Order: sequence, then structure tokens, then C-alpha cells
Amino acid sequence: MIGSTKQNAILRRLAQAIPVVVIATFLVFSLLKLVPGDIAVTLAGDNASDARIAEIRQIYGLDQPFLGQYFSWLGNVVQGDLSRSLLSGESVGASIARSFPNTLLIVVLAILIALVLGIPLGVVSASRPGGVIDTILLAIGSLGIAVPNFWLAMLLVSFFALNMNWLPATGAVPLTTSISGALAHAILPAVALAAGGVAEVMRQLRSSLVEILGSQHVRTLHAKGLSPSAILWRHSLKNVSVNLLTVTSLLFNRLFAATVVIEAVFAIPGMGSLVVKAAMNRDFPVVQGVVFVMVLVVVGVNLLTDILYRVFDPRVAR
Amino acid sequence: MNIGEFQTDRSPSGQKAAMETPLLDVRDLSLRIAGNETPLIRDVSFSVRPGERVGIVGESGCGKTMTGLSILRLLPPIGIAASGQVLFEGEDLFALSPGGLRAVRGRDIAMIFQEPMSALDPVFTVGEQIAEAYRAHFAASATEARARAMDALARVGIPAPDKRYFDYPHQLSGGMRQRVMIAMALICSPKLLIADEPTTALDVTVQSQITDLLRDISERTGTALLFITHDLGVVAETCTRVITMYAGEVVEDAPVDDILLAPRHPYTSGLLRSLPGLSPRRGKLPFIPGRVPSLAAMPVGCRFRERCSHAVPACEVYQRMEPVGPMHSTRCGRAGELSLMGAVH
Repeated sequence: MIGSTKQNAILRRLAQAIPVVVIATFLVFSLLKLVPGDIAVTLAGDNASDARIAEIRQIYGLDQPFLGQYFSWLGNVVQGDLSRSLLSGESVGASIARSFPNTLLIVVLAILIALVLGIPLGVVSASRPGGVIDTILLAIGSLGIAVPNFWLAMLLVSFFALNMNWLPATGAVPLTTSISGALAHAILPAVALAAGGVAEVMRQLRSSLVEILGSQHVRTLHAKGLSPSAILWRHSLKNVSVNLLTVTSLLFNRLFAATVVIEAVFAIPGMGSLVVKAAMNRDFPVVQGVVFVMVLVVVGVNLLTDILYRVFDPRVAR
Repeated sequence: MNIGEFQTDRSPSGQKAAMETPLLDVRDLSLRIAGNETPLIRDVSFSVRPGERVGIVGESGCGKTMTGLSILRLLPPIGIAASGQVLFEGEDLFALSPGGLRAVRGRDIAMIFQEPMSALDPVFTVGEQIAEAYRAHFAASATEARARAMDALARVGIPAPDKRYFDYPHQLSGGMRQRVMIAMALICSPKLLIADEPTTALDVTVQSQITDLLRDISERTGTALLFITHDLGVVAETCTRVITMYAGEVVEDAPVDDILLAPRHPYTSGLLRSLPGLSPRRGKLPFIPGRVPSLAAMPVGCRFRERCSHAVPACEVYQRMEPVGPMHSTRCGRAGELSLMGAVH
């Protein structure tokens, strides 16, 4: 009974995701059409005749009405075909399959850094709110949120890569080729990406912990004679785990968008680089494909978050 | 209601010897907000003997909850300064180290609160929370603690404790939650149970079940009870002695029967007369005019005089607690000349 209602809830969430995907891809498609310039002119090469340009338009379906173009793309996607790049002719699915792991590695690493540093700092901050350590951490946290990550990225590159020569400055190595190589390439971009995340996790955790530690049920725990560490680590952290989960999933989605800039600084062939290059050239099947995958990631993360809420908080309706 | 025996490690002879010295002795307890002239609670002194059931009554804002919380030092750590002594079996709880205090909390003195929903941790099962209270003070395996927790649930009248153990607080009714709180408070067989308005948040029909349960447990196990409430009727049914508090001071301290028959402080008399069950059948329910003065506007001398129909100029000087009988004392200078109305005529 409980299992089936849980399944229904998940299925309902999946069904709700379909219009999200359609609307998001349609919006991006429309925006691409508003961008000035014509890819048919680019594809036809220099000094091409008007007839040649018209022919190219016809070959790629660019002469079709706007809605027709969108729905034919959508129809192919439903059949599992993300179509081909107008520029290189390469399958969009294959390009994404090549760049997605590079981006995912950086984002996952950045999230791990944000949690591993942010959680202890938040706990330390909350255990003595208004104290010296708390004040210092809050100030550093504000700085972490305020510093632009591309600037931090450039600082990191110039120090760790160029001056000290400890880490590679640019590029990426697939995990399948070399795990240590992949991590060495991913660590600087991940740190640059995580700086704001550490501060955010810390501050959110601090404020929800301070609230919980002042709550009546924590007073009961004191009245039972529990030790401060049991109250903090066992009870309070479980109470704030839902907030932490929300912060983490929002952060994950935001970092996926933020990699566009970071990948540019580190010259990483990831999703960000792919979409930027394609957008510059109005290679819309690639842009559409990347947007589609990104939307799927966001929807997937949100769904996973919803499921985990049920694990962490027994009060979430079944 | 079927209530079994809570395990107790106190021998009857030891209990008798302890009758001489109070179990809890609060001496000149004052609480002050930092930087504030007038204390929230001023020179509160009272004692509880082993096994005794004492009620603290008063309107909202009279300081009774603050008094209860400060015994176990459960007030928020910042902003409130406490002075005086809280002696438990001769040991000053205010002088204990954090570790020493932890050993007393839940073990010797347990506490239950007004709102069982917010007083229980929402993300742990009630059983886990009870078992945890036991394991905080006794070296017990998880299995043993669970068995004891289920036992405790059964003893506070919760049906199917082996199932309820796995329920979360939000799955239980208000009365059941308060029973869970009581089971949790009693699992270590404390010598004193402080109950802070334990029935205020509950339905009227459930209220008397909870007060009956508390009285029965106290009678059976010899656990002393400090029952904080605004309801003198509940105290009359549950306790053997009453302490009336008004505006941060104890104003009367006497056995229940004495107070019901002949209160010696006008405020206690007013509280008694405004009880619906005890007032004359017909006519308007009497009430005490006005409200508890705020800290900023606290009158000098008797703090109740502005609401008192017996006030005279002599009430403008500080009133001390004076004995008016063998077990009875009051903070009213006119106690000797007044003949106040009680609940029983």
C-alpha cells in the first residue's frame, strides 16, 4: 500500500517533468531563431550564390515553418535521435556523450568539496553563534559568495598551474583513460566552482542548526541528560538534513550552469564549451541537444531530491 | 488504568530517613535579564520532600515555568543570569559541572513539557527517543534499551507498545504523545519529576487521564512531583501541597487542604473563587480584575496590591513570607486580620 503510493508519487513527478522539458526546449529554440545571422550563409561558404544558400536551407529543413522545425526535432528526440550538428555533421548524441563526463566530474567534485568543507564549518559556526569563530567564518563566507568564480579560477591557474607547476592549467582527461589524470585536471576547476558553494552550505547549515538547537525538542534532549555531541551530531544534523538536501540540489543545478564560464577559463571540452561554440555558430541542433540533456539533469536531480526527502523526514506525506 | 511498578532503587528505609531533609530545596532563586533592574523571578524559595507532590500555580507570566526550567538549568544560556541555590539532596545544581549536571538530568530529575508535539524530536521514532534516554544513563545494549522502552510505553497506558515504539511523534494523538513524554521521563526511575503545564495543550477529556496517570505513578513509585500549572483545580486533585506564585514571587505555600479551606493570601483566594467547578452555581464567575504587572511597571511593596480589594497603605512596603500555621506561610501583611474566601465553605 505504502509502496504503491510512493511509486505513484514518483510517476506523477515524472509526468510533471514532460511539459517542463517541452517548454524549456521550445523557449531555447525560439530564442535561437531570434538571434541575427543565418547558418545557411555560413555553411554555403564565401561568395556562394543565393541559389546555393536556398538549396542548403532546403537540405537542412531551414526553410520549414518555425513550429514545423521544432516539432520535427522533438519527434526525433522522442525516437532517441538528437540529430546531427549542422557544422560538423557529427551526431549530437555522440558530442554530448564525449563532453558530458568532463562536466559531470567537475560538478560532482565541486559539490563534494562544498559539502566536506561546508558542513563542518557550518556546525562549528552554529555551536557558538555570535562567537569569534562564527563572526570570522561569516565574513569569509560572504567573501566566498561575492568572489566571481572565473576570477578565482584565473588566480588558481596562475598560482598552482603556472607558478608552482603542480597541476595542469588546461584541458581534461577522461576518467576511463586515467583516474589520477582526470582528477588532476578537474581539481582546480572544481575548487573555483565550489568556493561559493562552500559558503552557501556553511551559512544555510548554520542558520538551520541555530534554529534547531534553540528548539523545544532539543531542550527535551538536554533534559534527558544527553551529551552535547549526541544532540548536535545525532539529532540536530538529522533534523536539518532536509534543508541541507535542498541546498545541495539547488547548488548542483546551479553549478551545472556555472561550468560554462569555468570550462572556458580552463579550456575544458565539456557541455559548457560545447553549447557556447554551437550558439556562436547558430548550430541549433547542438544547442537544443545540450539544453535537452541539461533539463533532464535538473529534472532528475529534483526527482532524486524528492525521493530523498521521504527518506530523511518521516513527516513528508506518503 | 493499568499501571505497573516503575523500577526504583530506593529502599523504603532510606526513603524514611530522607523524609527529614528535603529532596529539592530551592533557596532565594532569582533570575534577571542582563542589564535589567527588576528580576523576572525574585527570591523564590521552596522545597519538595521525597515522594511529595507539590503544585506551583499562578497566572501566565508569573514565573512558574521559568522556575521549573531553571531547576535543571534549561533556560536559554544567553541573556539570563540566575542567582541563589537549587539544592538536590544537598548538592547545589547551580554549582555542578556540565558533566555533573548531565548525570542528574533525566536520571535523578526528569521533566515533561507543555507541548508534547514540539517537545519530541520529529525525525526519530518515539521508541528510539525513550530508549536513548535510558542509554544516556545506563550501560545497556540496544536490545535491552528497546525492551525497557516498550515496557515503559505499556506502563503509561499505551496499547500495543511493540508497534507504537516505531511510530513517529506526528503519528500519535496529543494525549499519546504526552504519555510518551511521561514514559521517557520515568524510564530512569527519577526521584523527582517536574511537569511543566503537562495538560494545557491537551483536550479536556485527556487532561484528567494524564493528571491521574501522574498521580498514580507518583504514589506507586514514590517519585516526587513538581506540578506546574495555572489550574488550581488540577493541583487540588493531584498534589498534596500548593505554592502560589505571583509576578515572580512565591506568595503562599501550604498543604492543599489548608489552602482550599482557608487561603491566607488574597491572590490565592481570587484564583480559587474563579474556578468554575468550585464557585456558586448561579451568577457570574468571579475573576481577578487587571493583569500581572509588567517588569517595567512592577509596584514597590506587595506586587498584588493594585489588583487587591484588601489593599491598604501598609501594603506599599516590602512583604516577606511569614508563617501563619505549622505548614502554611504567606506573603501578606494583613493575613492575620483578613478572613479570605476559600473553595470549600
